[in-house]
Amino acid sequence: MRTLYDRNQADVSEAKSGRTDLIFLIRFRHCCLLRNQRCILAYLYDRLLRIRALRWEYGSVLPNTIQFHMSAEEVEWFSRYKKSLATYMRSVGGEEGLDLTQDIKPPKSLYIEVRCLRDYGEFEIDDGTTILLKKNSQHFLPRWKCEQLIRQGVLEHILS
Amino acid sequence: MRGGGGGREEFGLSVRRVPRSHLQRAFFQAWLNEKFAPELLESKPEIIECVVEQLDHMEANLKRAKRGDLKVSIHRMEIERIRYVLSSYLRCRLVKIEKFFPHVLEKEKSRAEGEPSILSPEEFAFAKEYMANTEIYLKNVALKHMPPNLQKVSLLKSVPRPNLDSFVFLRVLERQENILVEPETDEQREYTIDLEEGSQHLIRYKTIAPLVASGAVQLI
Repeated sequence: MRTLYDRNQADVSEAKSGRTDLIFLIRFRHCCLLRNQRCILAYLYDRLLRIRALRWEYGSVLPNTIQFHMSAEEVEWFSRYKKSLATYMRSVGGEEGLDLTQDIKPPKSLYIEVRCLRDYGEFEIDDGTTILLKKNSQHFLPRWKCEQLIRQGVLEHILS
Repeated sequence: MRGGGGGREEFGLSVRRVPRSHLQRAFFQAWLNEKFAPELLESKPEIIECVVEQLDHMEANLKRAKRGDLKVSIHRMEIERIRYVLSSYLRCRLVKIEKFFPHVLEKEKSRAEGEPSILSPEEFAFAKEYMANTEIYLKNVALKHMPPNLQKVSLLKSVPRPNLDSFVFLRVLERQENILVEPETDEQREYTIDLEEGSQHLIRYKTIAPLVASGAVQLI
């Protein structure tokens, strides 16, 4: 782009001093410059949109493999977006705020079948009973209690 | 009164200034309209506030209730459903704000004094931050390395506008007369139609946009 621009500038100064046949060349180069600018901005903006989608899919902390592919400015954009979103979610919905990244699908049933992926220890549910979460054990638990653990990767929802 | 009515009193469902059925209907209407409209609709802070208050109230009541009671499960399910609809509604709005951010902010800036706002104060702050964030990013990564005459870009012109010509399904709630429909092709001429109550139509969003805002039609 710089080369195009420099050449254009040289021709502009020549055109100003009287050579009108260069105008078309100047305009053509300017169009090229504008097109390049559009392409670059489109590419960068598309990357931003994908990074935004990652926040909604993976949560606040991105896996290392993905972070490796992001530039420093993109990481900064992501952390600013995260903060902005968190402020908004906290402001809506009562004292603690409403986590908008949960409840993506309409709830089908109250209790769900889950399998434990790793040792977690004791887990207390609403009616006071405690459950020991050991690796590979299966349980039938209330949905709202499990959602947090499913996101952390401790439990896995079994779809029969 | 014990029994069914007493059970409901226990959960505080009938102790509302706004009748619960009205609130629910208005809330679901707002949710469906927002889902199917191509542009960001008016913000409804009163409805959201009432719904949130209701959710908190129901949660508090559930905590006090006897364990193992059947009503607990049913009310728990209702809480989950309402929370889902609320989340879906707010998420839909956020997606539209992010998609059309320069236009949304521009519309808010050029709004007249008495007109209702399309953004709640929190949404406005979020939109401004999003715009600033994106502008800073684009400037630092690309624009500042470009030749001097190309270092500014008008986001208002580059980001696509919402497509108000897209077709939407609607159901008529209040009878409307003489709605002016603009021609789509050169051969057609503009004509007027009457909307009967209860009828359903497929029409361009632009034609009926003010009716959605006033509540005369419901998008489906």
